[in-house]
Amino acid sequence: MTTKAQAVMDWIDARFPLTSTYKAHLSEYYAPKNFNFWYFFGSLALLVLVLQIVTGIFLVMHYKPDASLNASGVPVAFASVEYIMRDVPGGWIIRYLHSTGASAFFVVVYLHMFRGILYGSYRKPRELIWIFGTLIFLALMAEAFMGYLLPWGQMSFWGAQVIVNLFSAIPVIGPDLSVVIRGDFVVSDATLNRFFSFHVIAVPLVLIGLVAAHIVALHEVGSNNPDGVEIKKKKGADGHPLDGIPFHPYYTVKDIVGVVGFLIVFSFIVFFAPEGGGYFLEYNNFIPADPLKTPPHIAPVWYFTPFYSLLRAMVWPLFGLDAKFWGVVAMGGGVVIIAFLPWLDRSPAKSIRYRGPIFKTLLTIFIIGFAILGFLGTKPPSYAFFGVIPGAPVAQLFSLYYFLFFLTMPVWSKIDKCKPVPDRVTG
Amino acid sequence: MKKLLTALLFAPLLAFASGAELHLDKAPVSSEPAALQNGAKLFVNYCLNCHGASYMRYNRLQQIGLSEQMIKDNLMFTADKIGEPMRIAMQRDEAKQWFGAAPPDLTVVARSRASEFGSGADWLYTYLRGFYRDSERPTGWNNVIFENVGMPHVLYELQGEQLAKVSEKDDGHGGKIKEIHLEQGKPGKMSKDEYDKATADLVSYLVWMGEPMAETRKTIGAFVIAFLGLLFVLSYLLKKNFWKDIH
Repeated sequence: MTTKAQAVMDWIDARFPLTSTYKAHLSEYYAPKNFNFWYFFGSLALLVLVLQIVTGIFLVMHYKPDASLNASGVPVAFASVEYIMRDVPGGWIIRYLHSTGASAFFVVVYLHMFRGILYGSYRKPRELIWIFGTLIFLALMAEAFMGYLLPWGQMSFWGAQVIVNLFSAIPVIGPDLSVVIRGDFVVSDATLNRFFSFHVIAVPLVLIGLVAAHIVALHEVGSNNPDGVEIKKKKGADGHPLDGIPFHPYYTVKDIVGVVGFLIVFSFIVFFAPEGGGYFLEYNNFIPADPLKTPPHIAPVWYFTPFYSLLRAMVWPLFGLDAKFWGVVAMGGGVVIIAFLPWLDRSPAKSIRYRGPIFKTLLTIFIIGFAILGFLGTKPPSYAFFGVIPGAPVAQLFSLYYFLFFLTMPVWSKIDKCKPVPDRVTG
Repeated sequence: MKKLLTALLFAPLLAFASGAELHLDKAPVSSEPAALQNGAKLFVNYCLNCHGASYMRYNRLQQIGLSEQMIKDNLMFTADKIGEPMRIAMQRDEAKQWFGAAPPDLTVVARSRASEFGSGADWLYTYLRGFYRDSERPTGWNNVIFENVGMPHVLYELQGEQLAKVSEKDDGHGGKIKEIHLEQGKPGKMSKDEYDKATADLVSYLVWMGEPMAETRKTIGAFVIAFLGLLFVLSYLLKKNFWKDIH
């Protein structure tokens, strides 16, 4: 650095910790050298977050949260989305990036969470990172749910109607709570406007705060790795972990490869299949919201369907409370229980590489079950596989499994036969 | 437990009860300007009286090879300026009285009618060719895939009349499936093949109108993917170079 540039840096550093922050989080943040494919998804989640914020900013410039009908009898909100798709130069690409980005966000986050489970990334001392992560997931669900109302199509409207109605199942406060959420007795213009406000201001602020906390906590304790060993335990003479390498430039250049790879897949969808076969943009949502016409089948977008299946699995009233209430408990519990993983897992080894057959078997069934729950959530409850195997009991079976997997984990994770964990990473 | 068993017992029946299948004919969708222009002509003449296309501006028709003057002279009946959207004069509340429901806006109908049974184009193609005479309906018409539809057969003069032969078939589970076979009655101005071609053009136009940027999107997409492919190679080489001394 030239002396002049150095002088500027010194001037800034005396007033703001620029160089030290850069060092702490990038050039001298030591990450394990053995990250594999699964470690791309953290940086990709950040990329998609930025993408959603930037495209969102441009969408808000043209979108109108207004449920009243225009001169042609179309809700203004719905028409404004088509206005973006047709009359705003480049609007269609911004909108498709945003709508595909919503699904991509969940793909990336699900894979990121799966990585955590594979390698025990939630275990001590990373419990707080995991809790922040679960909160991010919750905030993301709220963000996606409220964003989905904005195009004001049939699925937007009826999906919101169904989900907000769920809150009314909560004893005592439920009915009033659902009115507070809607701002009306039915989903209406009031609902659209408050969801818009939450979607573009409140929840993104929370998300950004949580993401910052997630990363700060991560950089405090350091990253886990596919071997699940603590690289900080073996340090060289220079005080840096022997198995660690500076995040910048090593992981910045590596993550660029991941980013480009992701963008290739992402662009295929944006440019060649933006509807995602009806899963990313549901066909029914090209019909403007009509409060008088209930669609025959209301399905949430794919990323909610595993949890929607948990909800539908509860069909029995218990302790004098509605089945619907227990469905809500199951759905909420299904998300919240993830946060308790650090204390449920008692295995001596963190990583799947050294864990025993019980974990591998149960996890495999868990993933298959989660996928089946997701699939069944897109179908009506009467769905049958090949027309013969009824879907509803299958969903109930895997819902039960979903919770048992977590609740019995303290037992089976302890008795599972683990292999000895090495001192150093194995590359 | 008892309830669960009952649920298990009845679940298969429910599964079949909901299995209302739609059999759609595959629509021969074209992106040829001639087909789209013919479709636009049919759309403006037959549909754009009751149905609006309120997100579609007339001047966008230039994209399918029509000049501004041609649009103004031949297709613009309800608008003064070429930049106006395809609106209609019919009042929605009156339309509701006449047809039972206000005719929906058709701008994105080809996208909304897609389902697990076929594309939106397939649905429209089957629908437009599926009208038959039904004296029990107030309009005198019914439709094979849209039972008791409020819309009369506006393409009647082209297709002529179709008559329905209704038969009931055993569905194999103790129920009955209604099957409708159509037969040509009084002929129209067009032969069957000509009518199929005309509806195919109309459907092609509706598909194009549903997303006029679709072709541009794919063209840009090809360039984007090609660029990213190149960037992937470069970024991989960069990574490899940086990592050469990490073991």
